[in-house]
Amino acid sequence: MADKRTIEIEVLRYNPEKDAAPHFQTFKVPFSDDTSVLQGLQYIKDHLDGSLTFRWSCRMAICGSCGKMVNGRPELSCHTFLRDYYPGPLRIEPLNHFPVVRDLVIDQTDFLKKLESIKPYIIPREAKDVKDGEYLQTPGQMHKYYQYSQCINCLLCYAACPQYGLKPDFTGPAALALLHRYNNDSRDRGWEERAELLNAEEGVWGCTLVGYCSEVCPKHVDPARAINQNKVNSTMDYFGVLKLLMPKGGA
Amino acid sequence: MQVVQTDVVVVGGGGSGLRAAIAVAESDPRLRIALVSKVVPMRSHTVAAEGGSAGAVREDDSLNSHFDDTVGGGDWLCDQDVVEFFVAHCTEEMTRLEHWGCPWSRKEDGHVNVRFFGGMKVQRTWFAADKTGFHMLHTLFQTSLKYPSIKRYDEFFCADLIVEDGRVQGVVAIDIASGEFFLFECKAVIMCTGGAGRVYGQNTNAGIVTGDGMGIAFRHGVPLRDMEFVQWHPTALPGSGVLITEGCRGEGGILTNKDGYRYLQDYGLGPPDPSPRPKAMELGPRDRLSQAFWHKEQKGRTASTPQGNAVWLDLRHLGAAKIHERLPLITEVAKTFMGVDPVVAPIPVRPAVHYTMGGILCNGRTETPLKGLYAAGECSSVGIHGANRLGSNSLAEIVVFGRVAGERAAQYAKAAPAGRTDTARNQAQAVETRLLGLLGRDKGERVATVRDEMHEAMETGVGIYRKAADMQTACRKLAALRQRYQHGPKLDDRSRAFNTEWLSAIELGFTLEIAEVIAHSALNRRESRGAHTWLDEFRERDDDNYLTHTLAFRTGEGPPRLEYAPVTITKSQPKARVYGGEGKYVELT
Repeated sequence: MADKRTIEIEVLRYNPEKDAAPHFQTFKVPFSDDTSVLQGLQYIKDHLDGSLTFRWSCRMAICGSCGKMVNGRPELSCHTFLRDYYPGPLRIEPLNHFPVVRDLVIDQTDFLKKLESIKPYIIPREAKDVKDGEYLQTPGQMHKYYQYSQCINCLLCYAACPQYGLKPDFTGPAALALLHRYNNDSRDRGWEERAELLNAEEGVWGCTLVGYCSEVCPKHVDPARAINQNKVNSTMDYFGVLKLLMPKGGA
Repeated sequence: MQVVQTDVVVVGGGGSGLRAAIAVAESDPRLRIALVSKVVPMRSHTVAAEGGSAGAVREDDSLNSHFDDTVGGGDWLCDQDVVEFFVAHCTEEMTRLEHWGCPWSRKEDGHVNVRFFGGMKVQRTWFAADKTGFHMLHTLFQTSLKYPSIKRYDEFFCADLIVEDGRVQGVVAIDIASGEFFLFECKAVIMCTGGAGRVYGQNTNAGIVTGDGMGIAFRHGVPLRDMEFVQWHPTALPGSGVLITEGCRGEGGILTNKDGYRYLQDYGLGPPDPSPRPKAMELGPRDRLSQAFWHKEQKGRTASTPQGNAVWLDLRHLGAAKIHERLPLITEVAKTFMGVDPVVAPIPVRPAVHYTMGGILCNGRTETPLKGLYAAGECSSVGIHGANRLGSNSLAEIVVFGRVAGERAAQYAKAAPAGRTDTARNQAQAVETRLLGLLGRDKGERVATVRDEMHEAMETGVGIYRKAADMQTACRKLAALRQRYQHGPKLDDRSRAFNTEWLSAIELGFTLEIAEVIAHSALNRRESRGAHTWLDEFRERDDDNYLTHTLAFRTGEGPPRLEYAPVTITKSQPKARVYGGEGKYVELT
């Protein structure tokens, strides 16, 4: 690598065993055109300060581990590149709206509880034995939910959502998009079981249509769209229209 | 130390761990299950599998064909009784995943579609675009939430097993967030910790793929089997090693050298038809394709990129619509990491370490020689991959054998007597004292220094092609690195809470021993078979002397002791492994 450029990275540090409050620490990191922000952090950990703490795993934007605030915007650090921030400054912080465990590591327990709460599994429309083969589902039927099945649970949308920041009870973009994914699957008839959560104040009505969640989503899931489609469904449900139109369930 | 009483501990929350946990829960809802995983399950490396999972469904396919492709692909080192069981259960498990919501790609009539993969006579690979592992993992994770008996311990690092009276009685794990030690007292443990690709530097694997379960089982006397067989995936991005799925070639992608020449025809894989022929050219097996790259690189016919030498994976003739429908992830990956849009330009690719064919010895029912310990998925050596795994058999493996492991462990746990808690707690205390010792060292080297030297030793000594002198050098180097590890490493981080430097030091202890097993197992197999290929001598397969499994046993500080065990042959006698030529053309769906 003939590239000799370096960039200064300001990283938020917080060690609950030592620090009364978070503070920033600056590291100088060499990089080339293909060095990701994650690789910058790995360089610091390997060579400068082994105590810098952050999550990462797959390096290819599919495991959802490595979300950080990069210059104030939620990003996957593995597919964000140092070249784009040169000559700096570059500031890396933990994802907004979550409690910080240490340095760049946030506590994701609240999200996991919300994910569990929406019953994110097929509640079958009709029982079928595995021996009898697959449920038929045309590409058109798949299209209704497919986009919403692409969520990698990276939490960038929660870090982007001002409502989640203000009202942590809000079920939030990713979990509601996943709820929508199952409700729209032709194999599923669980929408009634999920209705209470969907219709609640903490459900779709917690959203104020900012839409930043969809903007930061690295997988183009468009949770804002899922939520706002469900505001319509929720209203129809309230007036009993949905049950009238679709007596066998489904949305 | 906190103590958790449970019945079955599943270590690892990837595809096999989740499938195993569900199988325990379905076997008997009264059994208490602890799912212990060092990452939240949906972060597990299953998520990065792209191309697909095997299961015969087409009229022109059969269990026999899947068997033949697997056994031939494995260069006859597979245990054929286990392969027979495996192929008979793949489709059932794929269908079950469909019932659980996995968004398999479909045909217009609503039936599941299948694609080609390397080394296959017939299209057999179920796929969910090119995010198959991602969808399987999320489907399994989300489905697992239905079962109240599965208690998750997310971000708990498994540090050791408790073995008493010749059987497993517990697991010691570190709660990563707090750094506190937990003892899980249990009847049975299922290891589902994945492979050990991070023994090498250039690999397609996630950072977590450090062979922890293999290392732990090995230290308790369980042999690691066939570890010399390491798979290089022929198409990874140069530099990062990020995977570019074999599904690209399954959909009709071609590989060319720097002159635009389809070089695979020079290595027994031709003729270079314009339309795909099964088991030929780009649809050859992974070991052969990676070896062909090596030759082309030696001859200077590869293209030079800023990240190293590469060949070209050309998808342009497939057209934008098909590329975007079938291969959206690799399109995004190629754009992000290489600045290449596969619709308009070929992707630079080169081989990188991808998969550990060997692993923890277990029988076809996933039972290891250590009572109460089961193993499933990449960490195990159940006997289906032989000397070279067929693409799309590993995703099928994790569900087929994850289920078997769960059912077997459940059965065993119900019958096993209660353990001796006093001695278990003493043992767990000793584990805690030993590992806390790593935090207190005043001198030594950085974890990254020893790790990088291990990578270098493995890349140069035990690569795609192997020579005695290079492997001996690697063995010596690894012995020295283990010595240095005994004296170090010295950590910057002395805290307990979320100390990932500490965890990577523990992982390094496992990977060093696994690296040494790979190097010694390779040096002592004096034949070429599948992914284990000599360069200057022993260039042929030698069935008279080496139609055997390698078993590596730990000896303490020294190199592993090697033994050999017979391969189970049921209906396919070893014959020449031939690709290219005779297969018929196919229309791709």
